[in-house]
Amino acid sequence: MTENSSIIRMFRVNKRYGSKKALEDISLDIAKNEFLFISGPSGAGKSTLLKLLYLAEPVSEGQILVDGLNLSRISRRRVPLLRRKFGIIFQDYKLIPTRTVFQNVALVLETRGIKRSLIEKRVKSLLRVVDMDDRLTAYPASLSGGEQQRVAVARAVAGDPQIILADEPTGSLDEDSAAIIFKLFHRFHLSGATVVVATHDKTLTSNTSSRVIQIRKGRLDEQPDC
Amino acid sequence: MFYYVRRAIKDIFENRFLNSVTVITITLSVLIVSAFGLFFVNARDLFDSWKNGVRIMIYLEPETSEIQRLDTRSRLQAISGIQNIRFVSKEEALDLMRERMKRQQSLMENLRENPLPDAFEVSLSRDSNSPEVMEFLAQRIEGLSSVSDVEYGQQWFERFSNIFNLFKLAGYVVGGMFFIATVFITANTIRMVLYARREEIHIMRLIGATDNFIRFPYYLESMLQGFVGGGIGLGALYAVMMILGSRFEQTLSAEMLTIRFFSPTTCFFIIGCGMLTGLLGCLFSLKQFLKE
Repeated sequence: MTENSSIIRMFRVNKRYGSKKALEDISLDIAKNEFLFISGPSGAGKSTLLKLLYLAEPVSEGQILVDGLNLSRISRRRVPLLRRKFGIIFQDYKLIPTRTVFQNVALVLETRGIKRSLIEKRVKSLLRVVDMDDRLTAYPASLSGGEQQRVAVARAVAGDPQIILADEPTGSLDEDSAAIIFKLFHRFHLSGATVVVATHDKTLTSNTSSRVIQIRKGRLDEQPDC
Repeated sequence: MFYYVRRAIKDIFENRFLNSVTVITITLSVLIVSAFGLFFVNARDLFDSWKNGVRIMIYLEPETSEIQRLDTRSRLQAISGIQNIRFVSKEEALDLMRERMKRQQSLMENLRENPLPDAFEVSLSRDSNSPEVMEFLAQRIEGLSSVSDVEYGQQWFERFSNIFNLFKLAGYVVGGMFFIATVFITANTIRMVLYARREEIHIMRLIGATDNFIRFPYYLESMLQGFVGGGIGLGALYAVMMILGSRFEQTLSAEMLTIRFFSPTTCFFIIGCGMLTGLLGCLFSLKQFLKE
C-alpha cells in the first residue's frame, strides 16, 4: 500500500484514560475505497479507535493523518470540516429524538448550507434507498432498531462522505436487517467510499474477501503491511 | 438565514417553559428600569418647567430716586442672560401681598406705612437658568448701587437640583444592576435549555456542524426573547402610566406637569437593550457550553 493511496494513516497511536491503556502502539493504513473490518471482542478498543479518527477523543500519543490532515495539529475551527469527511454510523444510532426521520437526515445537509429544495430531493432519494421513504415524518422513538439503523445509514451517507465509519452496525439487529445494512455499505463502497466497520460479530468477518484486522486489549493482532 | 429563524422559532415553542422564564425576566427588568427612566424623564420636564419659571427679585434701597431706578434698569438690561425686566412698585407689592394674605387681614390692617421696597422682577433666558449662572448673575446684580437685596430661591433650587442628580445616579446604578442581573438570569435559563439539548448539540457536532451553525438559532432566539420581553415590559409600563397618570394629572395643574411617555426612539432603544440583554446572556452561556 503506497502512502498516496492511504486515506487514513495511524502511526504508533496510544490512547489512555488516566492510567488505563485503551489503545497501544497502533499503526494502521487504510487505503482509499477500501472495505475494512476491525474485529475484536467487546471492550477491545474498536470504538475508541474510530473515535480517534473523527476527533471525538484526542490521541494520547502518536500521529493520525486523515486525507492528509494531521489530527494532532488541526485547529478547533477545522474539526467540523474533518468530520464532514466521515459518515458515521454509531452503535446507539444517535438519532435526534425531537426530529423526524426526514429532519435527522436533512440536518447533515443543513450544516453544509445546502438549499432547502435540494435537501428535500436528496433526503427523499436516500430514504428511498434505505427503504424508509414511507416513514419521513416518524420520530425515532416510534421506529424499530433496524429502521433506526437504516435512518442512521442514510444520514451517514447524506453528505457524500469519503469515509464511512460504522461502529457495531448490526449489534442489535436481526439477520435480515443486518443483511440490508451490509448491502447498503457495499453499495456505497462501490460508489467510491472507504468503509470501516468495527464489529465483534465473527460471522460478518468470516466470509468476507475484505481485509480484517483484529484488536485485542487495545493492541492490533495483525499489523498492517505498511 | 431562513433556516436559523425557523429553528429559533421551533426551539422557542419546544422549550416553552424555560423561554417563558427568560421573557418574564426581561419583561420585569425592562418594566422596573423603564419605570425609573419614565419617572426621571418626567421629573426632568417638571424641573425644566420650574427652571423656566424662576425669577430673580431685585429689591432697591428705600431712598432710591427715579433717576437711580432708571439707571439700575439700564444696567440690568446690559447684563447678558437677562430676558425680561419688570418694575414692581412697593404699592403694587403691597396690593399683591394683601391679595395673598386675605385670611390674615388683621395683620395687614395694623400696618401704618408700606414696609415693602420697590423691586425689579427679572426673568432669565433659557441658557442662563442653571444654579451656577443664577448665582453669578445675582452676585453681579448685588454689586449695583441702589440694590439692597437679591432673591432667587437658590436654596430650594439647589436642593432640588441635588435630589434630581441623586435620582439620576440612583437610576443609573439600579439600571446597571438590573441589566447585569437580567443577563445573569438569561444566561442561566439559556444554559438550562442547552443542557436539555446537550445530546442534540453533541450529535450535531459529530456530524460536522460548526459552532456558528449551532449558535445562530440561539442568538436569534435570545434576541427574539429580548424583543418580546422589552415590548411587553414597555406595554405594561404604558398601561400603568395611563391608569396612574390620569389620576396624577387631575391633582396637579396641567401647566405644571403633563405626564408623557418615552419617545419612539427611546422605546426602540429600550427594546434594543432588551435584545442586547438576551444576546449577552446567550453569548456567555454558549461560550462556556461549547467549550465543554
